[in-house]
Amino acid sequence: MLKLDGINKIFNEGTPDEKNALDNINLHLAAGDFVTIIGSNGAGKSTMMNMISGALTPDFGSIVIDGNDLTRLPEHKRALHIGRVFQDPMAGTAPSMTIEENLAIAYSRNTKRGLRGGVDKKRREFFKQSLEKLHLNLENRLTAKVGLLSGGERQALSLLMATFTKPAILLLDEHTAALDPSRAELITKLTKELVEESNLTTLMVTHNMQQALDLGNRLIMMDKGQIILEVGAERKSALTIPDLMTEFEHIRGEKMNSDRALLG
Amino acid sequence: MFTALFGSVEQGIIYAIMALGVYLTFRVLDFPDLTVDGSFVTGAGTAAMMIVLGYNPILATIVAMVAGFLAGCMTGLLHTKGKINPLLSGILMMIALYSINLRIMGITSDTGVTRPNIPLLNTDTVFTMFNDFWSKLGIDSVLSSAVTAMGGKSLPSTWGILFFMLIVTLVIKLIMDRFLKTEIGLAIRATGDNKRMIRSFSANTDSLIILGLGLSNGMVALSGALIAQYTKFADIGLGIGMIVVGLASVIIGEAIFGTKSIMRTTFAVIAGAVIYRLIYALALRVGWLDTGDMKLITAIIVILALIIPQVLNKQKEKKRKAKRLAARVAAQKARLNVEQGGNGLA
Repeated sequence: MLKLDGINKIFNEGTPDEKNALDNINLHLAAGDFVTIIGSNGAGKSTMMNMISGALTPDFGSIVIDGNDLTRLPEHKRALHIGRVFQDPMAGTAPSMTIEENLAIAYSRNTKRGLRGGVDKKRREFFKQSLEKLHLNLENRLTAKVGLLSGGERQALSLLMATFTKPAILLLDEHTAALDPSRAELITKLTKELVEESNLTTLMVTHNMQQALDLGNRLIMMDKGQIILEVGAERKSALTIPDLMTEFEHIRGEKMNSDRALLG
Repeated sequence: MFTALFGSVEQGIIYAIMALGVYLTFRVLDFPDLTVDGSFVTGAGTAAMMIVLGYNPILATIVAMVAGFLAGCMTGLLHTKGKINPLLSGILMMIALYSINLRIMGITSDTGVTRPNIPLLNTDTVFTMFNDFWSKLGIDSVLSSAVTAMGGKSLPSTWGILFFMLIVTLVIKLIMDRFLKTEIGLAIRATGDNKRMIRSFSANTDSLIILGLGLSNGMVALSGALIAQYTKFADIGLGIGMIVVGLASVIIGEAIFGTKSIMRTTFAVIAGAVIYRLIYALALRVGWLDTGDMKLITAIIVILALIIPQVLNKQKEKKRKAKRLAARVAAQKARLNVEQGGNGLA
């Protein structure tokens, strides 16, 4: 489904700030895989997400989705296959447009946009039904401007919009990190429901180890631009946070130094 | 007086098309596009040139619009493909268009390749064409007698232009309202709102910006073409400060009529353009002001339109807070009274 082969990326090459952001990343996802990614700040998690979405291009290596090589394709062309939710709740929606207009934009992701009205009766009905899944009463506020919604509501809407057209790959980049615990829990629950419903192949970056263990069937840990640990479906269900800490020490020969990585 | 104001309403409605174009870039696309100063003259010059050469005025107006569209697309290309800052791409295009416009008007010159102005004195224009049809209807005499009956003294020579421009501008407004709700329109709006988001939904923001700028400058050029035919004159200096006039219309309209929905806002922009023309006409009647002062007055109108709403908002906020405080103090007093009353009983 998704194949990353030998991805390398160096930032600020040839300057004193040179940083090896991604160092020979190989990752293969089968259809329906839900992989959670953990690692401390600067481990390369977000860089990898940006690499897949097309916001960044690798120095070398290849990115293949469904047999199509997307390595050199610009972001908007890849977006046909990739749904994405950002960490910033403001990033995934257009604030000055209404809820239904935002949904209409998401709805026409994989069709050629034309001079058809973005919202018609039939679509509005479909939008309503989809919004009901969020249990936030947004289905009765279709013409409210998205800028008026709370962070949690906007993130729930972003999630729905990203999964609307059932993309081949869903990228979640710490999408609960900017929310308070109860909202984060709600979004986590919605993520699980929406991913399971359409059996989406998903990559989720998180700082919250518990979340990384609770969700998905595979887990990878990154550090200094490398994937240092891969846990498959069989082992993941039995894994605990202390296990992960010991693994890290074992591999790196040093203690995990980020409290944030530990506590989320 | 009436004739003067009547004339500015007519002009205001023609300039409103330009203001709608400015609204499309400035507000919808969030792109401060200065191409306007050049593309307005491109429209005026192209239409005048073709009319003088004997083409049908309607065809001339349409070609003028296309020329403006192309100019806007060039600005879009400079910004998206050339990665040049929006303001600078507009300025570059504006300066380039100055020479291009001289060349366009120069096509009619017998002696040189450039020409700074074209008079349209005894030629057909879209307005004379419409008036031929309009005068047969006999509506002018009905309306004029109505004005005379209400005590009006000086009469406009025809109501046809006003009527014609109202229809044209309203049709453009309605098309624009409708367009901004289509799938492409939604994508253009989202481009101005959140580029990162709309890219993640597989829209090519570069093409959308180019298209938006093209449409906007097409409208600006249409407005220029009509103004040239209305004033029977195209001049290279016609566009100086046009972007400020457009902004003035957008800002005045929005401040007075609000921006609740797109339909409301496009209406506000049209009304803003007319109001701007009226203020302009009234200012011209002040004895010690000269036509040369008008750019300064335009700048002052825009500055006031930008500042006054802020001041009003602040005052409103202050009043609201004072009211809330008063309510709170009153509530506290009432509670104290009740408590004291209670103690008294015990």
